[in-house]
Amino acid sequence: MLEFTEEQINRYSRHIILSEVGGKGQQKLLNSKVFLVGAGGLGSPAAYYLAAVGIGKIGIADNDVVDFSNLQRQILHSTKDVNYSKALSAKETLESLNPDVEVVPYIERLTSENIIDIIKDYDVILDGSDNFPTRYLVNDACVLTGKPLSHGSIFRFEGQVTTILPGKSPCYRCIFEVPPPPELVPSCQEAGVLGVLPGVIGSIQATEVIKLILGKGKLLSGELLLYDSLGMDFKKLTLRRNPGCPICGENPTIKKLIDYEQFCQVSF
Amino acid sequence: MLITVNDEQKECSPGTSIADLLENLGIDKRYVAVERNHKIIPRTQFSEIQLLESDNLEIVTFVGGG
Repeated sequence: MLEFTEEQINRYSRHIILSEVGGKGQQKLLNSKVFLVGAGGLGSPAAYYLAAVGIGKIGIADNDVVDFSNLQRQILHSTKDVNYSKALSAKETLESLNPDVEVVPYIERLTSENIIDIIKDYDVILDGSDNFPTRYLVNDACVLTGKPLSHGSIFRFEGQVTTILPGKSPCYRCIFEVPPPPELVPSCQEAGVLGVLPGVIGSIQATEVIKLILGKGKLLSGELLLYDSLGMDFKKLTLRRNPGCPICGENPTIKKLIDYEQFCQVSF
Repeated sequence: MLITVNDEQKECSPGTSIADLLENLGIDKRYVAVERNHKIIPRTQFSEIQLLESDNLEIVTFVGGG
């Protein structure tokens, strides 16, 4: 039995009339719980759309505060939010967009100590973090707990997206086994990023999460989508599970989570 | 012999390994993944695998921003 208020029928009407979503699909979205790592460039558009479509519970972790330099792309936050917690700013923006959504802010850095406990209550994880230690931590935690993960990352004019279904599709370590050495990663401040780039990549991540919850369409699992905004070129690479993958391979060598050295303290 | 690297044709000499190619291109192998003929090659095999005529390579750089 589907129960919607009149306002909900109105709010979600353009979903309900899609046969691939319908009332049942909308109810699935309202009953789902998505955890976002980061309320920055990627987290902003992803969270915005996930809240708009009525994901019932959105957890969002970010221990940073809003800086003027974030506002060129981090659309969850406004000028009035400068110096204010990103996680709290996100909660306010998202709940004012859609009161059906419960937003749980986590004003803390994810570590090997806390991540499993935090993500255990969520159905899907969306990684929009800005540094490699967190990316590997999130990948490994999702593989160990079997949580589906939408991975997205951006740099200058380029973005990458893949969807990881632990045990079924390749994980991030199947592609990039270990993090690059810190000295090879350009300083986040120096690198720069096109303001609209995370809008494209974060929206694709949100699309993947919604399809995953609905059980509709074909996911970007086993594929890495590469986007070049300057060349306006999308390309897909086919990925295979790496039997030698240190976390999801046949003889995993990583059995507990690792806190890699932090080499990017500045928020992207 | 001719190979394709990120959609561009390149000349390379027989016996060139993936590690050699990356070195020639000035790319540090520690921050890329290499797909050869639609198969990701583990970094540990970069030195062993020799390229063949008309190999198609995609060199993908680590991207970490968010």
